[in-house]
Amino acid sequence: MSSFQPPADRIWWQVPVGKQEIIWAGIALVWCLIMFFMMPYWHVYGKQNLSTEAYQTNAEKYGAAVEAFVEEYQTGVDEQSGMPIVTPPAGSDIYMLGRLWQWYPILNLEKGKSYRLHLSSLDWQHGFSLQPVNINLQVVPGYEMVINVAPDQAGEFTVICNEFCGIGHHTMLGKIHVKEN
Amino acid sequence: MAQFRVCPDSGFYFDRSAESLMKVNAVAGVVSLLIAGILALGVILTRWQDVHLLPADLFYQVLTAHGINALIFWVIFFEIAVLYFASSTLLRSRLAAPGWAWAGFALMVIGAVMNNVAVMQGNSSVMMTSYVPMQAAPHFYLGLILFAVGALIGCFVFLGTLVLAKDDKTYDGSLPLVVFGALTATIIAIFTIASGAIILVPTFLWSVGYINHIDAEMYRIIWWALGHSSQQINVAAHVSIWYLITGILFGARPMSEKVSRFAFLLYIFFLQLASAHHILVDPGVSSEWKIFNTSYAMYLAVLASMIHGLTVPGAMEVAQRSKGYTKGLFEWLRKAPWGNPVFSGFFFALVIFGFIGGITGVVMGTEQINLIIHNTIYVPAHFHATVAVGTTLTFMALTYLLIPVLFRRALFMPWMAKLQPYVFSLGMTIMILFLLGAGTLGVSRRHWDMDFTGAMLSFDYPGTAYMMVAVGGIGGVLGVVGGAMFLIVTVGSLLFGKKLEPSAGLFQGFCGLPLADSVYNVEQPPRLERAEPVEHHHDGFEAPGTFVLALALLVCFVVYYAINWDYLSSVWPIG
Repeated sequence: MSSFQPPADRIWWQVPVGKQEIIWAGIALVWCLIMFFMMPYWHVYGKQNLSTEAYQTNAEKYGAAVEAFVEEYQTGVDEQSGMPIVTPPAGSDIYMLGRLWQWYPILNLEKGKSYRLHLSSLDWQHGFSLQPVNINLQVVPGYEMVINVAPDQAGEFTVICNEFCGIGHHTMLGKIHVKEN
Repeated sequence: MAQFRVCPDSGFYFDRSAESLMKVNAVAGVVSLLIAGILALGVILTRWQDVHLLPADLFYQVLTAHGINALIFWVIFFEIAVLYFASSTLLRSRLAAPGWAWAGFALMVIGAVMNNVAVMQGNSSVMMTSYVPMQAAPHFYLGLILFAVGALIGCFVFLGTLVLAKDDKTYDGSLPLVVFGALTATIIAIFTIASGAIILVPTFLWSVGYINHIDAEMYRIIWWALGHSSQQINVAAHVSIWYLITGILFGARPMSEKVSRFAFLLYIFFLQLASAHHILVDPGVSSEWKIFNTSYAMYLAVLASMIHGLTVPGAMEVAQRSKGYTKGLFEWLRKAPWGNPVFSGFFFALVIFGFIGGITGVVMGTEQINLIIHNTIYVPAHFHATVAVGTTLTFMALTYLLIPVLFRRALFMPWMAKLQPYVFSLGMTIMILFLLGAGTLGVSRRHWDMDFTGAMLSFDYPGTAYMMVAVGGIGGVLGVVGGAMFLIVTVGSLLFGKKLEPSAGLFQGFCGLPLADSVYNVEQPPRLERAEPVEHHHDGFEAPGTFVLALALLVCFVVYYAINWDYLSSVWPIG
């Protein structure tokens, strides 16, 4: 009955705790600490850690940077979508923007090379979801995020939008091609 | 004038005004659940690609309303009823400021209706999160603000009642554990509502044009102090109800008052940090901030839940063993009243919350692992395990307990009530497990079309992803059937259930009218005495079966955690 009655002992905090609870709380605490230290451990030894480099920006500024990037490195046009295909040099800064409802432009990358990928949105929030790799990032207007990516597989990859952005949300796709080198 | 009645079956004392308020809040909660449940069918039958029921605009509208009604209105209306029960009924106290409590309830109803109207009008399909700069109609935000103010008044009525009970010396000693847990939920609720006000008031002003810019990242960080913490109110509330239900059904007492209360205290200190779970792949937030907050400061709130995971069933096991169910490790569990929906509902909620909701929540809230999970359909699968089963099924179980006690009606179609927790849990578990799988394959949440119809580019999900969403759809439909069974039993009980003496008429049940005056014949209930003392014997394992179950949880936890790190290590190196 006593779960909804006042405790039997007036000084309930001095009642000794049973062995079973102490052992379980100890095991659980150790597990919690392992999980906690796993995160800094991965920062040191793991290869998937999100960079925290970011800049405040706005639609005009970021849009202009993306256009300059496209102009400099454009190598073709995708027939299906009419979107520019951009082939930046390995190791360079590369740009992608989210807007209603496309990921722009299409990127051609090389396997095993590292790139500094800039991401932002020109309008609403979008979700950068790289498939089938399954890397997911939140793309927020006003913020330019810079992450280092190093594709380790060749092939065609698709960027899906996975943050709701209005009626055309489901049509918002982008492409990243990765070539063997 | 005497204002208490005593329930002849349960022995609970009901303050007249508290009783009416509990009824109306519970009824408003169940109405919200009804709306959310009908909309759930629209969501699940659209996501299931072979059915693909609704057009895109209607889908997003339905999804917005489903989320808000289920995650906000249903749980908070019901929680206010629980707070009044915990303070007034359990402590045998009159309710503080019933006029304010009614005003709070009125605000909540007005807010809920206003918000639903805004969504129904069609230009507020912004999802429950209403991320700026996507804008909803002003009355969308205003409805939420009014609802929150009403709920806040309810919290203060609860606190006021604790003060009254103390002053009137209605109980001896410290607060009972269940009330302590409800107090935890209230403290978290006040924090939550304050966060909500900080972000929703400016957003409302922005929607009417008085403010010209809301920073999108700031919105996310503060909004989630509302969005996630509001779900932590649920955790504290449903864990309290678990202690209540084991107390009522088995006469269970906490294994240790100190341990259980300490675990609740950890919730107050650390649960709110979980808003960081939503910011893990956002721009511009430091890794240190993410690690500290997403882990609730070294997982101390997870520790609290793991402790409750042992002490709730452990208390039940000790009580059952003292009744002679001592054979083997699990006789106490086998001989539990599995045909009583109060028990089966509680127990399934506990297991699904812990094994599925808890483990997936910690895994996806790990800073780096979130990269492979953020905004996939894994996320709604997780919170359907925690809220749609953990909290909702607990509240359903409590409702079965309260219909005779509070509404004085026998359960309508008891066979259906008996089956309901099984059908609901089975359906929801199928849906949750398969949507977790689909999320792992990258299927997006809040997404109308897996085929990307009309897109300029194309992408094909693997066939397995379609299969998983389809099986999840079947499970979801079964879950909706289980939800409908709950509504048939509860609404049926109020309409057609056998009247118990002293009885409640039709409107007395639905509208919260008090029973006949003559029933309220207790001036002041006798003081609530402290529990009978027991001998403390702490030399051995009092609840070995529970300990084995807890170890099984730990093994699942460790294995699943490791699998996800392994999966993460296989994706592109990023930094």
